[in-house]
Amino acid sequence: MIARVIVTPKPVVNDPQGVTVRQGLATLGFAEVTDVRVGKYIEVRLKAGSEREARERVDAMCRQLLANHVIEDYRFDIERDGEKSR
Amino acid sequence: MKFGVVVFPGTWSDRDCGWVVDQVLGAELRYLWHKEADLRDCDCIILPGGFAYGDYLRTGAIARFAPVMEKVSEFAARGGLVWGICNGFQILCEAGLLPGALIRNSSLEFRCEWTNLVVERADLPFTSACEEREVLRIPISHGEGSYFADPATLSRLEQNGQVVFRYADVEGRVRPNANPNGSVHNIAGIVNSRGNVLGMMPHPERCAEQELGGTDGLKLFRSVMHHATKALAG
Repeated sequence: MIARVIVTPKPVVNDPQGVTVRQGLATLGFAEVTDVRVGKYIEVRLKAGSEREARERVDAMCRQLLANHVIEDYRFDIERDGEKSR
Repeated sequence: MKFGVVVFPGTWSDRDCGWVVDQVLGAELRYLWHKEADLRDCDCIILPGGFAYGDYLRTGAIARFAPVMEKVSEFAARGGLVWGICNGFQILCEAGLLPGALIRNSSLEFRCEWTNLVVERADLPFTSACEEREVLRIPISHGEGSYFADPATLSRLEQNGQVVFRYADVEGRVRPNANPNGSVHNIAGIVNSRGNVLGMMPHPERCAEQELGGTDGLKLFRSVMHHATKALAG
C-alpha cells in the first residue's frame, strides 16, 4: 500500500514561506489568491494486512515522527491496488 | 567537573564548545558520539549547534532517536544539567524535554549576527554568574530559530518564569525590532520547570574569548562550572 501524507503548518503558526509565495503570485497577477500555506508531501510504502491496519500504522507514524504536533497538522490517503480512499 | 559534548553526524559546534570547556574554562571534556549509550560520568551534557542528521524532515527530528538521547533524557529526569545550544535547543524540543518548537525565521533568511539578550533568570545553574536584567551580547547563527509555542504553553512558561533569555536592544528593552527571527515574546532561551534543562538559540561558545569579539558567553560556562563544583563539594 502507499500512504500519501500531507503535513501543513497549523493555522496559528506563522508561515513566512506561504506569505512569500502568496506575494509572488500577487506579483504575477493572481489577485484572487487570499492565502497560501506551504507544507510537506511524504509518500510511505508499507505492508499491511488491511487498509484499517495501514491507517492505524500511518497515523502512529505521523504522531511519532512525520509531523510535529506543536506546529503541524497532518492528513493522509491510503492507496491500494490503484484504488484510493480517504 | 566534567562536560560531555554530544556529537551527531552533522554537528558543527562541538569543537567550539569543547575548546571553551577545556582550553578556556579548564574543565574536563568528553566528546560523546551519538551512538554511545553511556554519558561517562559527565556532570553537564551539551547538545551543540549544527545540522544533526542533516536536519532532515525537521530540525532535530531524527537526532532525538540517537542512542545517546535516551541516556540524556534519563539524565535530565534525574536532575542532570542538559544544555542545548542552537540545533541542541531544536533537538530538546523535538525530544519533548522542552516545550514548543523552532520554526523558520520570519525573514526566511539564515541570520548570522550579534544579538543582545536580556537575562530574565539569574538564579539558574546556567546563569548564576549573571545579574538579573543584565544584557549579554551573544551571536546567533540559524535559519530556523523562531520559537513557537501555543498560547497556553506560552502563558505557562511566562507564569513559571521559564523564559531565561529574550532578544532585546542594547539597553535590555525587549522590542520587536530587536527580534531577529520572529520568536514569540522575543524568546531566545527557555528552561524546563525544574530548571536543569536549558535550550537557547544564541551561541555562547562563540564569544568566550576577547579575540572573538566578546566574552559574555563565558559567563554561562562559568555558571555551570561553579554550580557543578559546588554540587560535587557539597
